[in-house]
Amino acid sequence: MKRIIPAIAVTALAALALSACSGSNGATSSLSPAPGDDEKVTITVWSGFADKELAVVDEALAGFHKLHPNITIKSEGSQDDDKIAQAVRGGTAPDVAISSNANALGQYCKTGAFQDLGGYIKRDDVNLSNIPQAVRDYTEYKGVRCSMPLLADDYGLYYNKALFEKAGITAPPKTMSELQADAEKLTELNPDGSIKVAGFVPTIGFYNNRLDVWAPQFGAQWQNGKGESSLATSKGWTDLFTWQKKMTDFYGQDKLTAFTSAAGQKYSADNAFQTGQIAMMFDGEFRTGFVDEQAPNISYATAPLPVADGRESSYGGSDVGGNIIGIPKGAKHVGAAWELIKYLSTDTKPLVQLANGLKNVPTTLDALKSPDLKFTGTLAPFLDIFSNKNSSSLPTTSNGAAFLKTATDFAVKWQTGGVSDLKAGLKDVDTQITNDAALQQ
Amino acid sequence: MSVQNLSTAASLPGTPPGGSAARAPRRGAGRAARRNRWTVLAFMSPWIVGFGVFIAYPLLATVFYSFTSYDLINDPVFVGLRNYVFMFTQDPLVWVAIRNTAFLVVAITVGRVVYGLLAALVLTKIKRGSGVFRTLFYLPALAPPVAAALAFVFLFNPGTGPVNQFLALFGVKGPLWFNDPALAKPTLTILALWASGEIMVVLLASLLDVPAEYHEAAALDGAGAMRRFWHITLPSISPVLLFAVINSIIVGLQYFTEAVVAGAVASGSSDAVGNIASLGYPDNSTLTFPMWLYEQGFHSFNMGYASTMAIVLFVVSAVFTIILVRQLRATGATEEE
Repeated sequence: MKRIIPAIAVTALAALALSACSGSNGATSSLSPAPGDDEKVTITVWSGFADKELAVVDEALAGFHKLHPNITIKSEGSQDDDKIAQAVRGGTAPDVAISSNANALGQYCKTGAFQDLGGYIKRDDVNLSNIPQAVRDYTEYKGVRCSMPLLADDYGLYYNKALFEKAGITAPPKTMSELQADAEKLTELNPDGSIKVAGFVPTIGFYNNRLDVWAPQFGAQWQNGKGESSLATSKGWTDLFTWQKKMTDFYGQDKLTAFTSAAGQKYSADNAFQTGQIAMMFDGEFRTGFVDEQAPNISYATAPLPVADGRESSYGGSDVGGNIIGIPKGAKHVGAAWELIKYLSTDTKPLVQLANGLKNVPTTLDALKSPDLKFTGTLAPFLDIFSNKNSSSLPTTSNGAAFLKTATDFAVKWQTGGVSDLKAGLKDVDTQITNDAALQQ
Repeated sequence: MSVQNLSTAASLPGTPPGGSAARAPRRGAGRAARRNRWTVLAFMSPWIVGFGVFIAYPLLATVFYSFTSYDLINDPVFVGLRNYVFMFTQDPLVWVAIRNTAFLVVAITVGRVVYGLLAALVLTKIKRGSGVFRTLFYLPALAPPVAAALAFVFLFNPGTGPVNQFLALFGVKGPLWFNDPALAKPTLTILALWASGEIMVVLLASLLDVPAEYHEAAALDGAGAMRRFWHITLPSISPVLLFAVINSIIVGLQYFTEAVVAGAVASGSSDAVGNIASLGYPDNSTLTFPMWLYEQGFHSFNMGYASTMAIVLFVVSAVFTIILVRQLRATGATEEE
């Protein structure tokens, strides 16, 4: 007995040491192999898609099943991030999860909620340089790649051509000064002074007027080189808030609030751009699908977002974000799950099929060049915006979109006149973001 | 052998004298007592198990997690008082959430109890069709919170809502309701009052239980309606009133779904209910304590900090409940008195 105990201890230590060597980024020894051709496997795929969109995804999944008849896919839609996280915590995670909330990626990678794919990428020699840099940035966290991109969104200027013609404007604005001048020309008031048609609504929080969409156009950096919050030190933020206030003052905050309060919901048929109550707005490529379906008679066009004055050379880019696809912790068929992820995120055929069906931008350079990609008319500018060198993405952080809430809360206070000292306010925002992040260290 | 043992032995004929004989009946009695104890425990076991699993364990676990950094996926890491320090010194939104919740607790409690009592008093006077009116008053309580919040945001829409259109008929410019940080909480309170039919039903039942003879006797003595209400009705229904108050405090403390939905829809982003950007819209005026706790625990993966918030909420609400019950006991408003 006395001999057995040390032997067990030594064996346990050896096992522990060996296990510590495996599972790290890039290690291939513990990677699950793809199931053999005669090994029948059923994998579960969760996504937030529903109805028509889910049908598009299912079609792409069917294409994978055709190539791998031994792998059957059970696709479940309407599964948001809350459900994915609960399933991971409860040990009932699906084999593959598609999330539309790329902001949560930092949390997923840091906590291991999504498994590290580095080893699989290395093993199968996946060429990541086929994915634009901005997309690679938002799909990994501090060097840990726990997801692959699956279609992206970028943002452009939507403008009502009929209203432009009426106001004698011949081309979309390229700078914020031009945007303001055009917005003033396009704005119409009711006899009581309330807004009838808004040239451009500058209210942060309204529709897709989000700081993450606005920031790149002003060169506003979220973090400095050391990864510290940099709202107070990046000049772009001061420019952004100053311009926003100037635009707000043109209308008057009260009038804007009354107008936005009465406007239709963002994705409903009575969206104020679709009803002709807003002449210009910032929105993603996905809006084209809504307009085509809900307001086919509106005459509109799209263009890259304007940039701050003095930043004309950076015209053409935008914020980029999108869906992420990964293998949650606790997945039962990891080998088969990776095969599916690799297929969906790197193979041109399913990417183009999904992009055409969902009206989102495909996430590989090969897919962007595919002749089968139907990005014509109002969708066409979004391909150029996506591949523009000035396009960028939000930083991935360990507490998800918490920094975005802190900054947006500040922006709301600012636009309602609740901030007297912009510089000091931005400094406070940096401090708060730093404190929030420290809670998880 | 002690005198006691001798006497015991003497009192039991047929048992041999000596220590063992003397202990036998006591052992029997002990066995019976033990058996009795096990029987009691067996009958109490469903409650004991339920209490342990659903109250004691979660409470103790929450206390433990409140001293940790815990993401619900990996093992918790002990961080001492860090979460408490963060809450009291570095999280401005927690104080906003506390203020909002305190407002809702007071407004909802006063509103529900007063509205419920007044409605119940009116219903006791109705002789014909009382069933219809009771149903009408109670019906809103059955409306799902999400549907109710959606309907209220539609009704109170500043531009297109029927409420402001009605006010416009009289030349009154309607306010922004859910879109105004100053009015968003009062509008939520109106929603809570509209759906407070269950309190009305409970108070109505207690009012109908007040013996009519008391009122008749007091009336003969010349007591007016107010005097009878104050000295007969109110003391008679005071235990139920206490229940109504505590129930309403709990409703206020747990206010969540309606606030989340109303904020998201009023912000124009009904597609993204629960999205961090529209949470508390407008200007965090509808951000309640449970919302911020949920956000921290399940979206920001700060379950350790969320546990800290839960403990503070538990302690504060326990203290207020104890004070309230003691005050009411002191004024003779509970059954024990």
